[in-house]
Amino acid sequence: MRNRLRLTVQLLFTIVTNGYMYGFLNGRIYRGGLKYACVPGLNCYSCPGAVAACPIGALQALLNQRGFQIPFAALGVFFVFGSLLGRFVCGWLCPFGLAQDLLHKIPLFKKRKRLPFHRILKYGKYAALILLVCGGSMFLFGGLAKVPAFCKYLCPSGTLLGAIPLLSANEALRGQAAGLFLWKLGILLGILLLSVKVYRPFCQYLCPLGAIYGWFNGFSLVQIQWDQGNCVSCGACERACPAALSLQEISRSPECIRCGKCADACPKKCLHFTGRPWYNSAESQSS
Amino acid sequence: MDFWKNCKPYGWVLGALAGVLFLGIGAVQGQFDVIWKKAVMICLECIGIG
Repeated sequence: MRNRLRLTVQLLFTIVTNGYMYGFLNGRIYRGGLKYACVPGLNCYSCPGAVAACPIGALQALLNQRGFQIPFAALGVFFVFGSLLGRFVCGWLCPFGLAQDLLHKIPLFKKRKRLPFHRILKYGKYAALILLVCGGSMFLFGGLAKVPAFCKYLCPSGTLLGAIPLLSANEALRGQAAGLFLWKLGILLGILLLSVKVYRPFCQYLCPLGAIYGWFNGFSLVQIQWDQGNCVSCGACERACPAALSLQEISRSPECIRCGKCADACPKKCLHFTGRPWYNSAESQSS
Repeated sequence: MDFWKNCKPYGWVLGALAGVLFLGIGAVQGQFDVIWKKAVMICLECIGIG
């Protein structure tokens, strides 16, 4: 039930935030005032349909400026969305997360929740944030200029939502695509193929936005609450968790994307979404 | 120790307020213009051309 609701929210949010149809038809992008604002998820602002800016792209654009300025506008976006929602954004509002979710539903291969060496690989997203998003944007990288290194060398969302639709509709751009485009296309195909077997590999191992929102998971407003008093420790939630988290890690761990599969699986209904982080099991028993 | 434990449930309020403050500072410094200028041009790096 909640899975269907989540899919509906993901689809609607993706359609609304990428609803500039004229762009898809003519190979152009939206240039209106809404692009002063950022969407919460990873959504390339060069997608022909995008009606707002990408928060990671915005962070890089601010770090790319001459001199150094604290990127307050991007930090504000992260703090507001992160404090309210945490990685709920990843589970419910990210278009690239939706693409990976849909691919993981394809009944091919034996499914895996994690890659081997997960304990090491999960730090990849922090490396992408520090080395590519921040380092590449603040320091000289690949030559004599600052470059948005994450967007340029890694971001598969840019290739899927931006490059492929733009290059399909715009012949002038198509003529300029060369080695770098093939590199990014290779990364996209690799991640998409891996998504069929492994649950959200990009979100678990490479997404810098997930690394940022994960930090807020411990204290964000939206949480999945565990009523310990009613729990019979059957383990259904842990088996249902696509990120293979333990009961104690659900919701608070930086890896939890608040998909809600644990809450659906619980036979005693002792896991549920709440907008009250101060709510606890003792309170629930006394009321 | 207890102070921080008691404060944690309200961390989201502090975080959200800090976010609003940061957005305000960013607006005063003209950072949203920088974001808009970047967002309304086709980002050649993003699409693997630049």
